[in-house]
Amino acid sequence: MFGAGGGTCSYREAEDADLIVMWGSNAREAHPIFFHHVLKAVRKGARMYAVDPRRTTSAQWADAWLGINVGSDISLANAIGREIIHAGLANTDFIARATSGFEAYAASVEPYTLEVAERDTGVPADLIRQLAHDYARAGRAQICWTLGITEHHNASDNVFALINLALLTGHVGRYGSGLVPLRGQNNVQGGGDMGALPNKLPGFQDVETDTDARARFEAVYGEPLPARRGWHLSQMFEAMERGELTACYIIGENPVRSEADTGRTKELLSGLEHLVVQDIFLTDTAAIADVVLPATATWCETEGTVTSSERRVQRVRKALDPPGGARDDIEIIGELARRLGANWGPVTAEQAWDELRSLSPMHGGMSYARLEALGGLQWPCYDEEHPGELFLHARLWEADPARRGAPAPFTPVSQEPPLDELSAEFPLRLTTGRRLDSFNTGVQSGKYATPIRRPETLNLSPEDAAELGVAESEVVRISSRRGSIEAPVHVDSTLRRGLAFMTLHFPEQVATNILTLDAWDPKSGTAEFKATAIRVDRIADIPAGGAGDEHAKVGA
Amino acid sequence: MSAVFVEAPKRLVDVTIDGATVRVPEGSTLLDACRQQGIDTPTLCFLENLTPVNVCRVCVVEVEGSRTLVPSCSRKVEPGMAVHTDSDRVRTSRRMVLEFLASTVDVSLAGPDVGRWMAEYGADPARYGDPAPPHQAGQRDAARPGEHPVPDGSAAATVAQPVKYDNDSYVRDYSRCILCYKCVEACGPDAQNTFAIAVAGRGFDARISTEFDVTLPDSACVYCGNCIGVCPTGALMFASEYRMRRDGTWDDDGQTVTTTVCPYCGVGCNLELHVQDNQIVKVTSPLDHDVTSGHLCVKGRFGFEFVQRRADAG
Amino acid sequence: MDLRLGVPAPATEQERAAVASVLGPAASGWDGGDRTPADGHMAVGGRAAREQRHLLLPVLHAVQERIGWISPGAVDHICARLTIPPAEAYGVASFYALFRTEPSPVAVVHVCDDVACRADGAERTCQEMERRFGPEGQGAAANGSGVTWQRSPCLGQCDHGSAALIQHAGADPARVVLAPFDPEQVRAALVPGTGVGSGGTAVPQAAADRSGLRLLRRVGQVEPGSIDAYRSAGGYEMLRRAVTAGPQGVLRELKDAKLVGRGGAAFPTGVKWEAVATNPVREHFVVCNADESEPGTFKDRVLMEQDPFALIEALTIMGYTCGARRGYIYIRGEYPIAESRLVEAVRQATDRGLLGADVLGEGFAFDIEVRRGAGAYIAGEETALFNSIEGKRAEPRNKPPFPAASGLFGKPTAINNVETLLCVLEVLRIGGPAFAAIGTANSTGTRLFCLSGAVRQPGLYEHDFGVTLREVIEAAGGLRDGRSLRAVLLGGAAGSFVGPDALDVPLTMEDLRVIGATLGSGVVVVIDDTVDVTDLLVRIARFFRDESCGQCVPCRVGTVRQEELLGRLARGAPLGSVQREIELFADIAAVTRDASICGLGQTAVSALSSALSLNLVGASGQADGGRGLA
Repeated sequence: MFGAGGGTCSYREAEDADLIVMWGSNAREAHPIFFHHVLKAVRKGARMYAVDPRRTTSAQWADAWLGINVGSDISLANAIGREIIHAGLANTDFIARATSGFEAYAASVEPYTLEVAERDTGVPADLIRQLAHDYARAGRAQICWTLGITEHHNASDNVFALINLALLTGHVGRYGSGLVPLRGQNNVQGGGDMGALPNKLPGFQDVETDTDARARFEAVYGEPLPARRGWHLSQMFEAMERGELTACYIIGENPVRSEADTGRTKELLSGLEHLVVQDIFLTDTAAIADVVLPATATWCETEGTVTSSERRVQRVRKALDPPGGARDDIEIIGELARRLGANWGPVTAEQAWDELRSLSPMHGGMSYARLEALGGLQWPCYDEEHPGELFLHARLWEADPARRGAPAPFTPVSQEPPLDELSAEFPLRLTTGRRLDSFNTGVQSGKYATPIRRPETLNLSPEDAAELGVAESEVVRISSRRGSIEAPVHVDSTLRRGLAFMTLHFPEQVATNILTLDAWDPKSGTAEFKATAIRVDRIADIPAGGAGDEHAKVGA
Repeated sequence: MSAVFVEAPKRLVDVTIDGATVRVPEGSTLLDACRQQGIDTPTLCFLENLTPVNVCRVCVVEVEGSRTLVPSCSRKVEPGMAVHTDSDRVRTSRRMVLEFLASTVDVSLAGPDVGRWMAEYGADPARYGDPAPPHQAGQRDAARPGEHPVPDGSAAATVAQPVKYDNDSYVRDYSRCILCYKCVEACGPDAQNTFAIAVAGRGFDARISTEFDVTLPDSACVYCGNCIGVCPTGALMFASEYRMRRDGTWDDDGQTVTTTVCPYCGVGCNLELHVQDNQIVKVTSPLDHDVTSGHLCVKGRFGFEFVQRRADAG
Repeated sequence: MDLRLGVPAPATEQERAAVASVLGPAASGWDGGDRTPADGHMAVGGRAAREQRHLLLPVLHAVQERIGWISPGAVDHICARLTIPPAEAYGVASFYALFRTEPSPVAVVHVCDDVACRADGAERTCQEMERRFGPEGQGAAANGSGVTWQRSPCLGQCDHGSAALIQHAGADPARVVLAPFDPEQVRAALVPGTGVGSGGTAVPQAAADRSGLRLLRRVGQVEPGSIDAYRSAGGYEMLRRAVTAGPQGVLRELKDAKLVGRGGAAFPTGVKWEAVATNPVREHFVVCNADESEPGTFKDRVLMEQDPFALIEALTIMGYTCGARRGYIYIRGEYPIAESRLVEAVRQATDRGLLGADVLGEGFAFDIEVRRGAGAYIAGEETALFNSIEGKRAEPRNKPPFPAASGLFGKPTAINNVETLLCVLEVLRIGGPAFAAIGTANSTGTRLFCLSGAVRQPGLYEHDFGVTLREVIEAAGGLRDGRSLRAVLLGGAAGSFVGPDALDVPLTMEDLRVIGATLGSGVVVVIDDTVDVTDLLVRIARFFRDESCGQCVPCRVGTVRQEELLGRLARGAPLGSVQREIELFADIAAVTRDASICGLGQTAVSALSSALSLNLVGASGQADGGRGLA
């Protein structure tokens, strides 16, 4: 946001917020301990809104739930913005002092009347108005989101739509107010921090425009760095398709299971000239690799750091001896470098970290000693006197223009429906999400047993189940424009007519991603997992070699 | 500029504890003040990450001018308070609370402090006579409020009853339950807000229960383990620990505890891995970690198995 | 709230209807109603939904009355309607003795066998009940007769010799009080339409010299069901006077009167009200504690049954003075007649503009809700009472904070019992200084005494403070012929025994404190030489064991250990020696008195303590236990 990619708030600020909007986030199940902080706020009297197609366990805590149609987030956000402007509730002082592009934004939201938003989202106009007014009037307000915002083909636009609301009301850069994207994995934030982005060096320093930074890295590395951004994930697959990308080194990722449109993913990876997979398991991706490098589990078999959703860098530590043959990631990379001709000698995690600190100013003050003593530090933390920052962008509230710095830009965006359109043939909207006990493709979570674990199901509304004539636990065929799978039905009263739900947790049982569309957001590279058009057929009704099968292209 | 949030400074309050003047921030409890003075104050139902319920009464102190003893865990300091922590009244009440509990509940896994306090205060749980025979399964759960069989006093009533072992994650041994309410608070408003368990019944028949005593799998339980995390007596235990203890393989002294970060979502919960023989045997979280306050979710608490089951990985 | 709902046997139509009779129809498919397409795109809930928790007891009562027990399906549906976790709702339902959480016969007879009724053959009555209806406490599975019975703590009918309460569930539910009670009456009382039963009152003074009556002045003189009758007798003049004087004026009168609460703690009423009136936190509540449950006490019942408008008027004055818009009367579930009269009185007062948005046309708003308890002595403790109104288990809260700072719903709250509130009317009627002139210097005004036991005329008496125990007993006709006084249980089960040497002590707060006794709720149980005191003590010990909420260790375990110890003494089978038992009891008493959270635990040992010091305890079954233990 306005530069560095991280949530603006700390979790503890949620406890002191007056209004929390959970937008496309089922944190109750996907980020349960963050939700504890939200619940503390709720117990203290904060109001909570939930925006989600499903009335999730998070939404059930809300004062009001806005059950939008899948992919109508921008229409809703723009209508909220328009309503705030028309009701005279915009923070005009803040807008004038700290932002740019307001006029264009105001013009861009003008078509999004409450009526238009009601039509697009299905949510009554009165409730949208109420959210708009409550958000604008709240003393401290936060918008929290997760993959319900970002797993769309227009993910970045969705995020901009929410940022615009914060700028419109001044709900950013102050204690308790802000924008809170919750990270899906324990070090997604850290990966970004460390420069695992196509266009960034560690510390969010731009590889193309920040020549000073590049020079500092080159000085330390003793090698020139390419001054050109790389590909993001979706572009890499496209490059494979074009034959431009022929070798891949994958560390701790299982794209065969986690990417949308599994069939295509597997085909492309299999077609590479050389595939190296470094993982703690022999994953489905590792199974098709030319070389597999067994690694240690970073969170308990090795030393290092990870960064959480509140930009807090914390230590991970070795508690277990790894199984025989598994080696630390740093050691593997060092060994690889040695064989490629760069002998770094043995490198400890702390040494690697100290080098990073010397190159990434925002991590400069985070010595291991301080991380130990303080239980982690939140970036930016420039030097060893710096306590780290609880929240970002306080500068926007500075009276002195010099200290205030560059204005935060509004980014006008417009509503676009999901790419996978509903039709008579594919009349149901399938959306995907997480369950409390499971995680992503189940590589980690599938190994422990818990009484709340349920196998994969196709969740249908009571109305659709009745209309289709299917009973609880009955196995049905689910087809999208890309393929078909089978799964048992679960009748789920948190769903409305026309909306279906599955997880991605049990690929061995049900490969949900055979159905999903690999259309991706050009700005972030995220695929549209959240909006698939499907049809559901009773197995008994499918003639052999009939309608359901013609779409099947299940990877062997 | 710095965006560090600065809280309003707190006024300091002077109180007298056992004759010594102690200066503590406004809003502190008497327990805080006693601890600041290094006075060993027994507590059972108190835990730093939970709202004090002040029900066990073992932390009582004498405040001059107060008709009865007051619970130090919840009573806030007031300027000029004069407090006695070692008077006869205090010692008698602490001894009796410990004696009452130990004569009704199995406190053998309640930790070394309890044994130490019992010795220090001279608690003698045997002086109420032989313990009554244990209850049948479900008997205490069926007790009706306001009724009980009138005892003839020949045996001392206890809460002894069979262990509840209705799932593979948790074991509930309510023979060890001192009714400190911690599990109810952790499952409820202080952390998890799931409310799978509550206190049911009343008086000596009060017990921790799901609705109508349904099994945990039939309850709202989400197996976060936060109730176990706060249980002071071993009444609630991870099934794995229960089995190891039963089999005699649990070895407190042979365990290391390492703090690291959970491998699942991006919240960054700190985990304390309790490791014995290169196996994780239990997961807790530091009470003073301000992300978790000691509370975890089911993945953080139980989801470690994958590192120990690489062989059958897929 | 993410409730986990859905049980194998969902609520029946009858159960749903019972719930809807309190809550009205469900607003949406999300809270127990039928799903509509609109539900698919919105839901409201959150705090507003959770704030309905206070309706839990009324709803549980509705189901109990309709079905006879509260099933898992009913709890599930209630939880959907009110956004309450099922485990919590069960925790509440299983706390109160008038709720049943297992299948039950539709009629439950609660037979009082408490201190007053024991003297009148309650044990024989219980034996007769067992002969007719089978063993005590049978559930529906074992009992096909549709009637079960159980022993009950004091039903507040001590002036009638014996008493029973029948809970009769069904489409036309009834709570029938039978006092005096004869098991022969049970079947007849189950015929629908029999109504609320006999009840009645005994105010002997009302038939004789009425000149000294202040709180009882209208009893037996004014029709209790008519607001017009009440107003003809001077009713609502005091509210007018209060409004004229303004809140400050009322507070001044109360302070001048030196009125203190009649519930036992003797806190100055004016100071209590002022603390609420001046608290800047809004909103404020006023509560009448009508949960009179102290064994041997029935005074508030008589006042509510015979003079309900007086309570309504006094509570309205309290609301006006304390700046509250809403008042609650929490009345024990064992008082159906008093409850119905209060509900009717509230209705009539509302109709006449004496409650509502503009009381008396004076521009202040005040409403009263009558809330019914469900069989829990502990709910009479003020903070437990708040919890009960809030739909929780009636567990006392630790104090501080006191109610004036944080009471009902966490807001500043003034709470007084019925007798105290009626004193307020008297203060306003005659003026604070005149009130202060009655009684003694520090105990002003009059006091109600509940006489039971071995006196000729049990009943409710009013005397000026300063009266001696001897005079109180003589006013009740003295002891029955040929009996001699052994002791008096003063203040109820939570009070203490005093011996004949205390007969001439003035019954004031300060004089009783000197001899280590208390007037408590005004109970005077007169015990003659035929009474088995040990048997009374066993009953009292059972009472506290049953009524302890179970929250704190000293009371939860101490009441058990006390009962066990008494069982041994009653059998003449001490552990070790009698002396050892007395030492053991001293320890039990010390911790229970000193470290319990609330007054229940703190007083649970006082009866036995005093009996031991008066040497009243011996092996049970001896008509003359006078030998005692020593």
